[in-house]
Amino acid sequence: MFYRESGEYKTDYKRDMTLYALPISRFSVGLMVLLFFVAAPLLLGEYQLTLLSLVAIAVVGALGLNILVGYAGQLSIGHAAFMSVGAYTAANLVTKLDMPFLLTLPAGGLMAAAIGLVVGIPSLRIKGIYLAIATLAAQFIIEWIINHSPSISGGVQASIEIDRPTILGWKLDQAVELYMFLVTIAAIAIVCTQNLIRSRIGRAFIAIRDQDIAAEIIGISVFKYKLYAFGISSFYAGVTGVLYTYYLGIASYEQFTLVVSIDYLAMIIIGGLGSILGSVLGAFFITLLPIGIRLFMENVGSLFLEPEALASIISQMRLIVFGSLIIIFLIMEPEGLNRLWINIRNYFRVWPFSY
Amino acid sequence: MKIWTTLGAAAIAASAIASTASAKDLVIGFMCDRTGPTSVTGTALCPGYHDYVNLVNSKGGIMGNKVIVNEIDHEYKVPPAVEAYQKFKTQNAVLVSPYGTPMVFALVQKMAEDKIPGTSAGFGTALAGNGERYPYMFPIAASYYSQSAAAVQFAKDQLGGSLKGKKIAYIFYDNPAGREGIPILEKLAPKEGFTYRTFAVPPPGVEMGPQILDITRRFRADFVISHLFGRAPSVSLKEFKRAGYPLNKVVGFVWAGSEGDIIASGGWEAAEGYNTMHFAGVGSDYPVLQEIRDMYKAQGKEEPDAMQYTAYYNRGVFQAAVHLAAIENAVKAKGSADITGTDVRDGFYEIKDYTLGGLLPPLQITRKDHEGGGWVRIFQATKDGYKPNTDWYRAYRAEVRELLEAEIAHTK
Repeated sequence: MFYRESGEYKTDYKRDMTLYALPISRFSVGLMVLLFFVAAPLLLGEYQLTLLSLVAIAVVGALGLNILVGYAGQLSIGHAAFMSVGAYTAANLVTKLDMPFLLTLPAGGLMAAAIGLVVGIPSLRIKGIYLAIATLAAQFIIEWIINHSPSISGGVQASIEIDRPTILGWKLDQAVELYMFLVTIAAIAIVCTQNLIRSRIGRAFIAIRDQDIAAEIIGISVFKYKLYAFGISSFYAGVTGVLYTYYLGIASYEQFTLVVSIDYLAMIIIGGLGSILGSVLGAFFITLLPIGIRLFMENVGSLFLEPEALASIISQMRLIVFGSLIIIFLIMEPEGLNRLWINIRNYFRVWPFSY
Repeated sequence: MKIWTTLGAAAIAASAIASTASAKDLVIGFMCDRTGPTSVTGTALCPGYHDYVNLVNSKGGIMGNKVIVNEIDHEYKVPPAVEAYQKFKTQNAVLVSPYGTPMVFALVQKMAEDKIPGTSAGFGTALAGNGERYPYMFPIAASYYSQSAAAVQFAKDQLGGSLKGKKIAYIFYDNPAGREGIPILEKLAPKEGFTYRTFAVPPPGVEMGPQILDITRRFRADFVISHLFGRAPSVSLKEFKRAGYPLNKVVGFVWAGSEGDIIASGGWEAAEGYNTMHFAGVGSDYPVLQEIRDMYKAQGKEEPDAMQYTAYYNRGVFQAAVHLAAIENAVKAKGSADITGTDVRDGFYEIKDYTLGGLLPPLQITRKDHEGGGWVRIFQATKDGYKPNTDWYRAYRAEVRELLEAEIAHTK
């Protein structure tokens, strides 16, 4: 993540298996923990914590999509549909069976994973852009089913209201509490993904992505691992849906439309396909950039425009700036923010000299 | 850095003003969609909102206090709306106006916790009209239940005072909002003795030839109630025209009849006779709109294009007028501009006989009924624009209320 690759000598199996092998990497992880678990809740106000909470939810979703698209190489544009599966599963379990949060979270994920396995079946036969269209169909089919089944969607405008999450009798309704809860889940998701990627499964994903015939020849069951990829990715998506549901207090299919799927794809493409840090950076970028642009425009624009003219210009300009920034970033570094970070790091490693 | 310096400067400036004139800025958080999927509505509605607030400010604001509207465009996406809401909270907004059904859903619980009132005119479910369940959300406009009831009443009047043995077709956009009119029909059909059938139009609603042939040729409807959104209303008008169905036997719900829809369907002459329901008056002949035009003239500016799209522009004016009326009541009750969200909420209950010359219905918001009575008015398309076909009215209130209560008991 943040450490130098050199000097990593492994002399026993235990060292070989550690997740953070070097002192500097342990140090940077500790720093991140301090920053997000101690400093942020103590120093930031409700507004900033809300932003970070939204980012934390997006991180989980982006990681899931990156496992499927970035690591296993299976293009999917139905990610938001799996979120809605998780969201409605959790909402129904809460309202009908009064299940606690600690059960609904995995249940939402598992339900989404089960649906994801079904949607993943065509991936054995079709690849690339064709698979994308198959997942697009899943997006519409799931949306339609939720929309037309009162037993799933609750009947009234296909939305189910639920209460804030309670963990062991402690109700999380303050911004700080919700933030801590979301950022913990996001941290767990990051560590799980790191471990997944260096395991047999993760390596199989990468082998399939790079050359599926070669992978099959060396004995990887392509179909099995493609399904795994869909299942795991959908599990993350389902968890994201559950988090959204608890965070907003409502499950509504309109929160999980095709546009949301595209947003998540944008996150991982800008962040960096096949990179965990990239997923995190992408989630930050896509969530916060529009807000940053708006702040900038409000402050700069108000110098030479009247407020009412500004209101309509800001929203149009924001789209233009947002779009062009994405294009500029991708032209500068097609491999995303993760690559950009590596380049910066490499540059400063030998600074002020250069190769 | 820049933000902090500007904020600091603003704070100093604000305190300087406060110390000299004892006036305080009243902040409203206003969400809008000018660039997302409903931008057709937003680009006309939002300027209407700002124009009315500017008009009030140009006349000295609310009892000497200036009203500041902070607008955030959320592109009809939920996370930006949550961010926007928190932003408004940091700006000490006394009222927040969410835009869009999913955003209303996502914020309604938070707003009640924070005790900040808001309105959701034309969004959300009929249930939101229940003030006991949602104490800080005010739909202020007729819900789909009320619209459906009003449509049946309209059909009854148009068909000679009785619906016995008549056939009503309900054509709707196939989503939960689209289906929300059906329970009322189900309830009223045995009572009034009519039969009805529903015809779903799948999203995106640009293909409905078979449904309309079904309505006109096979079902042979005596009257059509149309609950369509987006591009669908203009397509439906074309199809009804092609099938030779009289458009004066069609009534559309509130999202099925903007000027844009009429123009897209082939212009006013083609759409002549088509009836649409509105929760804010349509057309340009209202004194308040004249005042806005005068305001622009006095500033030496052209009136904005959005003013031509009166169906949505006037809804912006309508929302602003209700918001400012509630805030004004709060300021009056408190005696100063130092008001909280709860004061503004109570201000909504004090709105009486406030119609701005017919642009607003005679709202009566009570603690139980945040819908304000469920008033609608039907306008008919003629060669020279919309003409009112009825006065402000409402219908079958007992049935609507009964259904609401059953629904609330069912979901809680």
